[in-house]
Amino acid sequence: MDLSFTEEQRLLAESVARFLEKEYAFEHRRAVASADPGFSRESWAQFAELGWLGIGTPEDQGGLGGGAVEHMIVMEGCGRHLVVEPYLSTVILGGGLLRRGGGSKTALLADLASGKLLLALAHGERKSRFDLAHVETSAEKSGKGFKLTGHKAVAFHAQLADRIIVSARTSGKTTDSTGITLFLVPRDAKGVTLLPYRTVDGLRAADVRLDGVTVEASAVLGAVDAGHDLVVAAVDEALVALSAEAVGAMAALFAQTREYLKTRKQFGVPIGSFQVLQHRLVDMFMALELARSTTEAAARALGDGDADYGRASAAAAKVQAGRQGRLVGQEAVQLHGGMGMTDELPIGHYFKRLTAIDTSFGNADWHQRRFAGLTAAS
Amino acid sequence: MRIKLDAAHERFRDEVRGFLDKAVPADIRERCELGKRMTKDDYVRWQTILYKQGWVAPGWPKEHGGPGWTTLQRAIFDTELGATPAPPVIAFGVTMVGPVIIKFGSPAQKAHFLPRILKSEDWWCQGYSEPDAGSDLAGLKTRAVSDGDDYIVNGSKTWTTYAQYADMMFCLVRTGSDGKKQEGISFLLIDMHSPGVSVTPIVTIDGGAEINSVFFDNVRVPKANRIGEEGKGWTYAKYLLAHERTNIARVGLSTRLLRRLKEIAAQEQMDGRPLIEDPAFSSRIAAVEIDLMALEATVLRAVSGENAGKPPGPESSILKIKGSLIQEELTELMSEAAGVYALPYHPEWFEPGWNGETAGPAYAPALAPTYFNWRKVSIYGGSNEIQRNIIAKQMLGF
Ligand SMILES: Cc1cc2nc3c(=O)[nH]c(=O)nc-3n(C[C@H](O)[C@H](O)[C@H](O)COP(=O)(O)OP(=O)(O)OC[C@H]3O[C@@H](n4cnc5c(N)ncnc54)[C@H](O)[C@@H]3O)c2cc1C
Repeated sequence: MDLSFTEEQRLLAESVARFLEKEYAFEHRRAVASADPGFSRESWAQFAELGWLGIGTPEDQGGLGGGAVEHMIVMEGCGRHLVVEPYLSTVILGGGLLRRGGGSKTALLADLASGKLLLALAHGERKSRFDLAHVETSAEKSGKGFKLTGHKAVAFHAQLADRIIVSARTSGKTTDSTGITLFLVPRDAKGVTLLPYRTVDGLRAADVRLDGVTVEASAVLGAVDAGHDLVVAAVDEALVALSAEAVGAMAALFAQTREYLKTRKQFGVPIGSFQVLQHRLVDMFMALELARSTTEAAARALGDGDADYGRASAAAAKVQAGRQGRLVGQEAVQLHGGMGMTDELPIGHYFKRLTAIDTSFGNADWHQRRFAGLTAAS
Repeated sequence: MRIKLDAAHERFRDEVRGFLDKAVPADIRERCELGKRMTKDDYVRWQTILYKQGWVAPGWPKEHGGPGWTTLQRAIFDTELGATPAPPVIAFGVTMVGPVIIKFGSPAQKAHFLPRILKSEDWWCQGYSEPDAGSDLAGLKTRAVSDGDDYIVNGSKTWTTYAQYADMMFCLVRTGSDGKKQEGISFLLIDMHSPGVSVTPIVTIDGGAEINSVFFDNVRVPKANRIGEEGKGWTYAKYLLAHERTNIARVGLSTRLLRRLKEIAAQEQMDGRPLIEDPAFSSRIAAVEIDLMALEATVLRAVSGENAGKPPGPESSILKIKGSLIQEELTELMSEAAGVYALPYHPEWFEPGWNGETAGPAYAPALAPTYFNWRKVSIYGGSNEIQRNIIAKQMLGF
């Protein structure tokens, strides 16, 4: 068994690291995040040029035909540099759903890979917490199409997207897994109202209100009533991608904290000479390594073909990323003392992103419970 | 769950709670419960209400305007006050510099400053930390050079909480450079309106700006504003740091946060049921609640019975460490309870009077920023690492 990267994967990792190192300094990120629209079209075009947007797209559709491991490599870089562009929303979730939805929609993957098409997923609702089967938003038959009514909570990057993938109930009760259908809705469709905002980690999201939005039957992504399984599979990939982003953020925090302990002096010596602080840094290091191992294992598991194994591995990775990410974030702030509390240093920004990652698509408690359910019989 | 007291102290607690509950102005209560930032006016209004009741300085001797309570009564009061949905009494005047002035101040200093603290006429800030003197406070470099009846002060302080509101700063400065670092430090009371004092805000990770850098450019400070002797400032500063023992645990604040956490967890839904009924989440709440009981019991042990008359010792460090960890856990759980609605960031919402639309439930906007901001409690006032060093050295004999 060989757990190292293939030659192509190694080259990708190098190119991601080199590019972001050069083009994505923290002050660039700060400037982009704090002004509208909250991301850089220029960076997005560069990502397209580098091939990152089409990594998961099959080769016959103009992509690189990669999978979860390649996405992990890019997302780790995003975490390390706190990238604000909608890679998760557009490439992992949007691309993942287009690929799985099949049919005529796969044609859109070319626009996605070239950077022309931005996507967002509006699935979660006020009362769903993290349950992907909980959909109250309704899709009523209306002529040949559907009429969508409901409220979607905290849809990441929805205000930037050209089209929003909206889930709605075409049959069944609120928490039934069958009866959910996905629709591709233009962001500016009549009846779509966004409440846009920044999120606490400097990214963008919006609540999406749908007041009788009419869509054609051709807006359906996948099959009617069969949206839940698509979302679950795409979110599994998102869980691993988010875990990889967390690993990148933890790696950055670990490196910066190590450097700080070596240079900050109190009592006439570098504070890193206090053994008690060395041990705290060791704990951060271990957290990082364990999260990295689980994430890599999960990325491989998703490509393995054993769906249950992939699912449980993705949940495990997200639990590790959530818990270890919180620990590393909190410790990095603490070991920086007052400096760690400032907006000026990147430390707090990584800490906030790690907090948001834990909360996104289910926190550690949630996925731990899922994991228990998925593995009880095995 | 709260620890029960004997009948007499239960009566005292009821009396205190009865007053506090009615005394908080409705608008302050509402904004405080929501976790909005308190304005200077909010603090002053609330402190004035407490002053009129004679309760603003519960630790002061009666002759200086304190209520004359026992340490146990004071601990009970502090807890009830902290649990009240109102801003905390700003510690810099009442609990920090006040006791130093009472113990070491000149008659003129007492006569001038103490009544002004009680009436909230002066807002105080604490000028200890400097960029290169944090945990190693004795490494401070701000200099005061003698010039007739005055000192000329040059240097800078950092992390100074609420310096933007302050009329006065109690400040550690270097007046001599011989001997140990702790020698040659003096304790000055500096008028923040003096020429040469400038204050610049430091934005914190939650987006707020409660801390500042303070710069002194040839600031003239009368020697009459020095506490005690020149070069003995370290002794006075240590007295101040050790003076606190009941309020440092902040049992009251944590009690209020715990109540809010339960309210939020009762309103959030998981699997179609209130989140508070989820066994995993309720078990995490119970764990921190039991920790809080342990802390409250430790405070009560430290201030009652044979301990009542003793001066506070290194056990304050236990209260500081455990108290801060409990507050951090509670603010984190509150933020987690709100699920994805902890994520929308509405900085305008914190401003008084803003009435725009926010995403999610009304209690959501403050939760994550409060969690971020609250990481400070294990850093300031002597970090938890420094507190552990104190315990190891002073209690365990290392
Ligand atoms: C929000 C906030 C408000 C504040 N308000 C005020 C104020 O009003 N007035 C004021 O004077 N100060 C204030 N402070 C400053 C505060 O007291 C200092 O931040 C604190 O003393 C730590 O100092 P430092 O930031 O320089 O960190 P450092 O001393 O550089 O410490 C960095 C890390 O090293 C650890 N460390 C340092 N020495 C040791 C050791 N010997 N053993 C083990 N670990 C060690 C620390 O615990 C910390 O984790 C405030 C700070 C904050 C964050």
